Amino acid sequence: MAKDLTDVLVSVRNMEVTFGSKRHPFVAVHDVSFDIYKGETFGLVGESGSGKTTIGRAIIRINPMSAGEVLFNGERISGKISKELDKQVTQNIQMIFQDPMASLNERAKVDYIVSEGLQNVRKDLSKEERSKMVEQALLDVGLLPEFASRFPHEFSGGQRQRIGIARALIMEPEFIIADEPISALDVSIRAQVLNLMSKLQKEHGLTYLFIAHDLSVMRFICDRIAVIHKGVIVELAETEKLFAHPLHPYTRALLSAIPLPDPKSEKHKKLVIYDPSCHHYETDKPVWTEIEPGHFIMANKEELEKYNKMLGK
Amino acid sequence: MEDYIIEHTPDYNNPVLTVEDLVVKFNLRGQVLTAVRGISLELYKGESLAIVGESGSGKSVFTKTFMGLLDNNGWIDNGHIYYHDYDLTTFKKEKDWTKIRGQRIAMVFQDPMTSLNPLKTVGKQIQEAFTLHNKVSKAEAKARTLELLADVGIPEPEKRYKQYPHEFSGGMRQRVVIAIAMACVPEILICDEPTTALDVTIQAQILDLLKKLQAKYGLTVIYITHDLGVVANVADRIAVMYAGDIVEIGTCDEVFYDPKHPYTWALLSSLPQLGIKGEDLYSIQGTPPNLFQHIQGDAFAPRNPQALKVDFVARPPYFEVTPTHKARTWLLDPRAPKIDPPPHLKNIMNLNRGGDLSNG
Repeated sequence: MAKDLTDVLVSVRNMEVTFGSKRHPFVAVHDVSFDIYKGETFGLVGESGSGKTTIGRAIIRINPMSAGEVLFNGERISGKISKELDKQVTQNIQMIFQDPMASLNERAKVDYIVSEGLQNVRKDLSKEERSKMVEQALLDVGLLPEFASRFPHEFSGGQRQRIGIARALIMEPEFIIADEPISALDVSIRAQVLNLMSKLQKEHGLTYLFIAHDLSVMRFICDRIAVIHKGVIVELAETEKLFAHPLHPYTRALLSAIPLPDPKSEKHKKLVIYDPSCHHYETDKPVWTEIEPGHFIMANKEELEKYNKMLGK
Repeated sequence: MEDYIIEHTPDYNNPVLTVEDLVVKFNLRGQVLTAVRGISLELYKGESLAIVGESGSGKSVFTKTFMGLLDNNGWIDNGHIYYHDYDLTTFKKEKDWTKIRGQRIAMVFQDPMTSLNPLKTVGKQIQEAFTLHNKVSKAEAKARTLELLADVGIPEPEKRYKQYPHEFSGGMRQRVVIAIAMACVPEILICDEPTTALDVTIQAQILDLLKKLQAKYGLTVIYITHDLGVVANVADRIAVMYAGDIVEIGTCDEVFYDPKHPYTWALLSSLPQLGIKGEDLYSIQGTPPNLFQHIQGDAFAPRNPQALKVDFVARPPYFEVTPTHKARTWLLDPRAPKIDPPPHLKNIMNLNRGGDLSNG
C-alpha cells in the first residue's frame, strides 16, 4: 500500500502544552514537531502519561497550547483564530474516543448522537436531509438505519464503537484523531473495527492520527509511527523501518513488550526495561536528527555514533 | 526483587481442583440463562491454566463458582467442584466459604482503578486480608505487609505502606491488588483479566511478576483473558471457552501450533499480530448465541462458514487428539471431511517483534 506522501495535511510545530498553575506548571508536551501527510495513518505510541492524548486534544483545540502552532492545510489553527475558521476546524477534524461505554450520551437516541455535530455546524440542512445523512453514516459503518431510534445501552461494545465512528464520519472530515479506539474492545471485535477504519480510509480518503499504546496493532494499520516518552517524541519512522531498526532504547523497550501468540518465542522473551538514566544529556544535549531518510531520532552526538553503527553505516 | 529462577513445575498427577459436569444458571427478569453448560475440568497442582474466550463466554462466571462469588440471582444447577475434602457446590453459608475464600483460593481482579478502597491506605488494605484469617499482633501484621509489598516489587515499602491508592500508578495498583490476593499465600490464584486495563509495557511486567510469585510459592494459577496473545507467555495449558463450554483444551504449544476447533482458529486468526498490512484482518462474523435459549448442536456453528450439517443437529463430544489435547468438534470424527485450518495460522511460527533486540 504505497501512499503518495507529498501533501502535508497537518503540521505540528514546536507544540508545548502546560497544565497546572503559573506557580506549579507541569509541561505535558515538550517542543513536539511532526507532519502528517494527506491520506496516511500516523501512529502516536507511548505509555499512559506520555502526553499522546494531550497532543491529539491540542490539535483539535480542546487543550490550549502554551507554545508552538498547528497548521491545517497550511493555515494556522492554533491560538486565536476567526470564528469562521473555528467552525471549519470543528467540521474537518473529528475524534474517535477510547471507551465506547463512556463516550456516548446514555439518554440520547443514536439518531441524535450521530447528528449532533451537524445540528451545530450545518444549520442549513432540513430535517429530512439530516436523517438521510444519519442513515448513510450508519450504513457506512455497517449498522442498520433502523438503529437510529434506539438508545446506546441496546448495543454491544463493538456496535457502540461503530456509532462513535459514524458520529465522526457524518461531518465529512478530512482528518480523524482516533484515541485508543480499540483498547477497550475484545480481540475479535478489534479486528472488525480496524477493518472498518481502513475501509473508510479508502472510501473517504481520510487521514488518521492513531493514538495507542500497543505497537502490535500499529504495525498493522499505521504508515508511520512516532514514539513518545514523557512528552518528548524520541523516534519517528516508517512503520517497517521502525520495526526493522528500532534505535532508541525506549522504542526497543516497547517492542520487547509486544505480546506474541507464539509460546516458543514468548517463553524465552527478554523484557527490555527502559531506564532514562542511560542517557548522558547533562553536557551533550540531544537534538532531533534525521539519521536516515525519513527516520528521525532524539539523540546526542555520542548516541548518534552508536546508532549509526547499529544501522551499519 | 532478587533473582530467582522463573521456573515452576506443574504436577500433572496431582489435581488440586476437579470440576465435574458443572452447570450454572442465572435468573434474569424471569428468564433463565444458562451461563455454564456442563464443564468438566481438572486443575493440576502448580500449573498455570489460561481460560480464553470472548466477553460473555462465561469464563468469569465459571471461576467465580470456585470462590462462591456468584451474584444472588445465579446458582449451580448441576455438577460438583471437588477441592481437597470439600465439595464446593454444597457450601451454602458464608461461614463455609471463609475457610476457602482469600485463604486457599484468591482472586486478582481486572481493574486496579476500581478494586481498591480509595479511603484506606494501601498498607491497611493488605493487612486487612492477612489479619482476617490469622490471629497475629499488629507489629507482626505490619511486618508481613511490608514483606508482601517488597514481594510484589513495590519499591520503598515503608513509605508506600502509608499511602493511598490514588498515589499509585495503574501498574503499581495492580501490584497492590496482587499483594492482597497473596496475603495468605493461597494455593490457587485466579487472575481475572489481570492486565487488560494496563499498558503493554506494564502488562509484561505484571505477567513477569505473577510468574515469579508462582515459582516462589508453588501457586496454581488460573488466567482469564480474551487475548490469546497475552497467554502464550504464561500458560502451561489453555482452555478455550465459547458459549459456556470449553470447546478445546490442550497444552500451550498444542493450542497455538495445532489448534483443532474452528473457534480457536477464528480467535487466533483475528489477532492483529498476524495481520498483513493492506489486507483485511480476519474477523468472526455474527454474534455469540443467545444463552436464554437451548443450544442445539455446536454453539459456534452459526458463525462458522465451514460448519458441517451435523454441527447444527448434535452437540459434538470431546475427541482426543493427544492425551493432553481434546476438542469438541465433529471435524475430529473419522467420518468428517478434511478441513484445514486457515493457512496463515502457520505464520505463528515465524512471527517476530522486529529489530534485533539482543544487542545494544
